[in-house]
Amino acid sequence: MKVHEYQAKELLAAAGANVPKHIVCKTAAEAAAAFDQLSNGGGVMVKAQIHAGGRGAGQLVGYADKLGGVKFCSNKEKARSVAELMLKHSLKTLQTGPDGQPIRTLIVQADAEPDKEFYVAVVFDRGSGLPVLMASAAGGMDIEKVAHDTPEKIIKVPFAPETGLSADEARRLAEQLGFTGDQVAKAEKIMLALSKVYLEKDATLAEVNPLAVTKSGDVVVLDAKFDFDDNALFRHKDIQALRDESEENPAEVRAGKANLNFIQLDGTIACLVNGAGLAMATMDIINYHGKAHGVGPANFLDVGGSVTAAGAVEAFRIILSDPKVKGILVNVFGGIASCATIAEALVSAGKEVGFAVPVVVRLEGNEVEKARAILAAAASELPTLKTAADLTGAAKLVVELSK
Amino acid sequence: MSILVDKSTRVICQGITGKHGAFHTDQSLLYGTQFVGGVTPKKGGSTWTGEKSGKALPVFNTVAEAVKATGATASMVFVPPGGAADAITEAADAGITLIVAITEGIPVLDMAKAKRYLKTKPGVRLIGPNCPGVITPGQCKIGIMPGHIHKPCAAGEKGIGVISRSGTLTYEAVFQLTALGLPQSTCVGIGGDPVIGTSQIDLLEMFEADPGTSAILMIGEIGGTAEEEAAAFVAKSVKKPVAAFIAGQTAPPGRRMGHAGAIISGGSGSASDKIAALEKAGIEVAPTPADLGSAVQKAIARKK
Repeated sequence: MKVHEYQAKELLAAAGANVPKHIVCKTAAEAAAAFDQLSNGGGVMVKAQIHAGGRGAGQLVGYADKLGGVKFCSNKEKARSVAELMLKHSLKTLQTGPDGQPIRTLIVQADAEPDKEFYVAVVFDRGSGLPVLMASAAGGMDIEKVAHDTPEKIIKVPFAPETGLSADEARRLAEQLGFTGDQVAKAEKIMLALSKVYLEKDATLAEVNPLAVTKSGDVVVLDAKFDFDDNALFRHKDIQALRDESEENPAEVRAGKANLNFIQLDGTIACLVNGAGLAMATMDIINYHGKAHGVGPANFLDVGGSVTAAGAVEAFRIILSDPKVKGILVNVFGGIASCATIAEALVSAGKEVGFAVPVVVRLEGNEVEKARAILAAAASELPTLKTAADLTGAAKLVVELSK
Repeated sequence: MSILVDKSTRVICQGITGKHGAFHTDQSLLYGTQFVGGVTPKKGGSTWTGEKSGKALPVFNTVAEAVKATGATASMVFVPPGGAADAITEAADAGITLIVAITEGIPVLDMAKAKRYLKTKPGVRLIGPNCPGVITPGQCKIGIMPGHIHKPCAAGEKGIGVISRSGTLTYEAVFQLTALGLPQSTCVGIGGDPVIGTSQIDLLEMFEADPGTSAILMIGEIGGTAEEEAAAFVAKSVKKPVAAFIAGQTAPPGRRMGHAGAIISGGSGSASDKIAALEKAGIEVAPTPADLGSAVQKAIARKK
């Protein structure tokens, strides 16, 4: 689960990190008032709060002049007008879709002009099975590019999940990054806060980018990004409360409520599958047979181990709410459950939802002959429902019917 | 021959009185697995009876008591996510040497700690979590896979060893192997989580050494670099034919595709990197999930 920059910074501040003062604003008037409180004779930063990264280099959709999601404002009027523009538009970045993400919240932040920028993050290293603090003096940049092109510029310090990063380790790392004097202790505090929040709140990513040395010599968290382990949210009510569903894809939120694992993609052929691995593989085979015709998967959908009529109804409704969808491939491997039960669930879902597009069903496993008979018997009522004998045939047929 | 489990393996279920634990213990009993007991805290002393198998098993409060009374060496874990990591370490402490953790949704840091603890327990092997389990067809099934799709090896016959990060995709693979007349020696679901007990390399090593295994099918997916490491291991240390498939060739980066471990992030974990590494190691890579069985046939033909 992702959170906003301001929420991540507040968690870090509570854990002892030095974070520039900010005020969360929902209106231009609030932003103007915040300017008075935080400008301190200079200016402020106005920063759009959306879950996607790359906000500074982004662009407000439908606004003629160049304006991204992060702007320095030297006076109150400017802060008000920039806030008004941001709150009226969506922000498109490299990480959003082409339509961008509507800006609903801003922060006005006390100006902290950076002199030097660093990257620090705690991530989970699957190879060692340990959390690792990654740091680089090449901050503020695309860290994935740095990691790929010049991996020697990234320092990695794995630490024990039982104890966390030690003060010694944090201090040594700060010195390695080139911090000197009283800045060492300040940087150390930020790294310890990152480790603490990561472990105590079950984060999967705790990133500060940049960690900045300001012109006045202070060491601060200028931007932060956290992602939390969905499987651990049950024990963190405080983190659950930070969830902003309006930042998430509405179809995905709806699917989540029905215990369906759904991810929307760009293609035109939807799929409904039991099991995550088979669901990915089904997307792949749609692409394999469809790419020559410009056809690809419209979604990932794992309905879980068992297919019920109620689950299938909601799954089909979600799939069909996407106007791009021109065909559906149902690929279910009936393991212990009978394929006949699954076929009955699909037919009753079809009757309830109505299949406006071709639906190709491929079932395999237990009692598959009985299942095919059930599907064949429903053909008069569900004319767009087709049965395929095997996976390749199913993929080719759904591509053919949706071209 | 087989790896990990056979008809003499004595198994308990942790979480036997829960809905899923009960159902799958019953199913495994019907398959012929030697289940000898179950564990549910506070229900010790009671008797569990399988709905379809009709078989009665003693229930214990702790794994230690169950091991002492039954001589079990393997455990199937169905404990809910919040307590599953503790259940795994409890089994290791009690002398269980094969822990098969089916539970999906265990927090990553819980598993990271549990795995570090298991390193202090030599001789203990964890399979999973978030996996369908382990089956040696015709002999022992510990997990949730449908037993009937598997083809046991006839006496003296060799089979295919299957290693997979997935559930239903493994059934798909086994179904295709069986349809082609290829029996399986042992099929192992290693799990879809970022932290798992047993890696592809561990199993490649075991299958390579197993006289009952003639070829290996490895089903991977996006996320992490385990397939790349397995490919390097195959190039260096595996002489038997190996076929593979990677799911998630069309998955977008940064999104978790159902499995907690199936995510392309930080510039690693893509299907194309994995497929390139597998092909470079001389592994036959199936182009689609419909070609899993035929890829094994091709891998065998290549080595002839």
